[in-house]
Amino acid sequence: MLRQIRPAIVMIIVMTVITGLIYPLGMTGLAQLIFPDQANGSLLKREDGSVIGSSLIGQNFTDDKYFQGRPSATTDTDPNDATKTVPAPYNAANSGGSNLGPTSQALADRVKDDAEKLKAENPSAPIPVDLVTTSASGLDPDITPAAADFQVPRVAKARNLPQEKVRTLVAEMTQDRFLGILGEKRVNVLKLNLALDQLR
Amino acid sequence: MTIHGWVQIALFGAIVILIARPFGGYMTRVFNGERTFLSPILRPVERAVYWCCGVDEKEEQHWLTYAVAMLLFSIIGFLTLYALQRLQSYLPFNPQGQSGVEESLAFNTSVSFVTNTNWQSYVPETTMGYLVQMTGLTVHNFVSAATGVALALALIRGFARREAKGIGNFWVDLTRTTLYVLLPLSVVIALFYVWQGMPQNIGPYVDATTLEGAKQTIAQGPIASQEAIKILGTNGGGFLNANSAHPYENPNALTNLVQLLSIFSIGAALTNVLGRMVHDERQGWAIFAAMGILFLAGVTTAYWSESHGNPAMAAYDVDSAPSELQAGGNMEGKEVRFGPALSALYATVTTDTSCGAVNSMHDSFLPVGGMVPLVNIQLGEVIFGGVGSGLYGMLAFAIVAMFVAGLMVGRTPEYLGKKLESKEVKMTILALLSLPLSILGWTALATVVPAGLAGIANTGPHGFSEILYGYSSTTGNNGSAFAGLSANTLFYNTTLGGAMLMGRFIFVIPLLAVAGSLAQKKLLAPSAGTFPTNRPLFVGLLVGVVLIIGGLTYFPAISLGPAVEQVAMNQGKLYPGP
Repeated sequence: MLRQIRPAIVMIIVMTVITGLIYPLGMTGLAQLIFPDQANGSLLKREDGSVIGSSLIGQNFTDDKYFQGRPSATTDTDPNDATKTVPAPYNAANSGGSNLGPTSQALADRVKDDAEKLKAENPSAPIPVDLVTTSASGLDPDITPAAADFQVPRVAKARNLPQEKVRTLVAEMTQDRFLGILGEKRVNVLKLNLALDQLR
Repeated sequence: MTIHGWVQIALFGAIVILIARPFGGYMTRVFNGERTFLSPILRPVERAVYWCCGVDEKEEQHWLTYAVAMLLFSIIGFLTLYALQRLQSYLPFNPQGQSGVEESLAFNTSVSFVTNTNWQSYVPETTMGYLVQMTGLTVHNFVSAATGVALALALIRGFARREAKGIGNFWVDLTRTTLYVLLPLSVVIALFYVWQGMPQNIGPYVDATTLEGAKQTIAQGPIASQEAIKILGTNGGGFLNANSAHPYENPNALTNLVQLLSIFSIGAALTNVLGRMVHDERQGWAIFAAMGILFLAGVTTAYWSESHGNPAMAAYDVDSAPSELQAGGNMEGKEVRFGPALSALYATVTTDTSCGAVNSMHDSFLPVGGMVPLVNIQLGEVIFGGVGSGLYGMLAFAIVAMFVAGLMVGRTPEYLGKKLESKEVKMTILALLSLPLSILGWTALATVVPAGLAGIANTGPHGFSEILYGYSSTTGNNGSAFAGLSANTLFYNTTLGGAMLMGRFIFVIPLLAVAGSLAQKKLLAPSAGTFPTNRPLFVGLLVGVVLIIGGLTYFPAISLGPAVEQVAMNQGKLYPGP
């Protein structure tokens, strides 16, 4: 039995070197060489080199002239009391969902509030479900084509653009399923808004 | 439910069936020590590992020695991981300056990763530096998975060998699994993940100025390398808090498919390894079929549930119906790129196995949808299962199934040519009973003490489900959560740690005893009275035994949680926050 102690200790050290150092650092080197853009977070940059965000990570939009992403349940530490948290939508340094159960009063209340605001903005259509539900990561970069379509009247009005023009852009920016099979149709909100700012 | 959703599920199932046999063939060669196409590169490394550790690869171990080796390895692993976390503020590769991890959390996390559970009471982005993630957590993602495979191999050898004293060598099984199976696949998969958008760097978090001028800090890290083994080794511990729902840990539907396949592939292929080692591949396919039936039942139920909208939202003119422009369904805690079909599929797959990675938040599933992962875990995660642990769990059920069949016909039961006698059946039952003892025992405790009730995020039956899920997940070494439970407290870190230890070690040691006892027996030639275990009748019996044992054990608890909640939801009842 005691003969097993040496292999137990040495095996942990050997495996740490192989799988804990050589493997992740080797992969980092390889990834930086072959796919530097993705390996560094698929960042979008301005002409001066400052970072706008990541094409994979959603950001918080509140302005009427931008399409808005889904509600986000992410939080941050309360600056006044480190033991508490405060809502901080799209906090990409603390991902997570609401974890509210289906029979939660808090969930129903939140949906009611959001739905009323959306209804005031576009009374003509039912509200797509993804616009009143928080995503699992709180960083969902996408909305459904239905949710984009729902926001077209507001965005077009705020930008003094014809609705058709905005709608065409949404259609252009809609990503289909992979090979027409995998995943769901979606619109990347940040990319759509960047394209919108380019629109004349 | 849509045709489109079912096509994706069918595609996934078809690929799993195609992978099982060739991958099983490769693994059998590896475990038997035969040459493979990777041997020219890896064989020298393998020999160097044995030389460093002073291991004689030809030496066979008695089951007790095998168990001691496994336990010692786990203990040393626990101690080093604990030390790494406590000391991380003094160590390099920590650009965010994360401080040392608090005692009870470091205990919980160390147990969690050593037992292949990967329950996470912590928020990774704000707790773990890159050094702990790489040399602590990534390492245990490899070796705890390899330990699981080693244990399954020991049990397979128990059946395959005749009148043998040993059941293999733990160090050799561990090394071969890591070097020839987990590591090469991880390298390929990690590169694929980076290509598809997963970060792989050791730089600090990125500060962005958003389009509206706000500041957004974006977490970074060597994510892809850990993600590959997190999924392949059915570990499931996220590099980031949102786990595989985070766009950096699962950027699109293609990476999602690769993750789903990684989770099932080793478990599915091990059924074929079993078949090959007992020289009748149909024995493996029979086990595979039983697993497949249980998988289909789970995914159908979960997808059916999650394709419905939450009835509480309908009153506010929220449209949850599927259409050309949206997938609809219950989207709280789900990502748009996955929708209800891939979320339900992932939740089923991750709990059929002991993986526990999530691409949606199980806590926000509708009651019946959330019940599926819960029940999957409670059935013992024997549906393809955790790497290794799924197969040895299912073999335990097979022993019980043959015992039941033996009682019905009044004949000493046999399985795979080995007589199952009093000792094997007793040890198997002991193993199977250790799980409900831990799950139900700890849940009962947590629901009556204030420290337990303080953790729930939802009141009513859902709060009970959160606690039940927590102890089911940790006992089953799954690691997924009804994540509303605030588990980073002294009470939960300690008791959940206890559940993880019981689930791993009290379960497996009796099974190693079974392996040792079986290996010594003669191999019986099948006679006219032998119950054939490679036919549909056996598959039906095995599925029945799994469901009956699980049902009898957990039905009362399930009815207090998800079942009551479904009725309440249908009646429009809502529960206030705690």
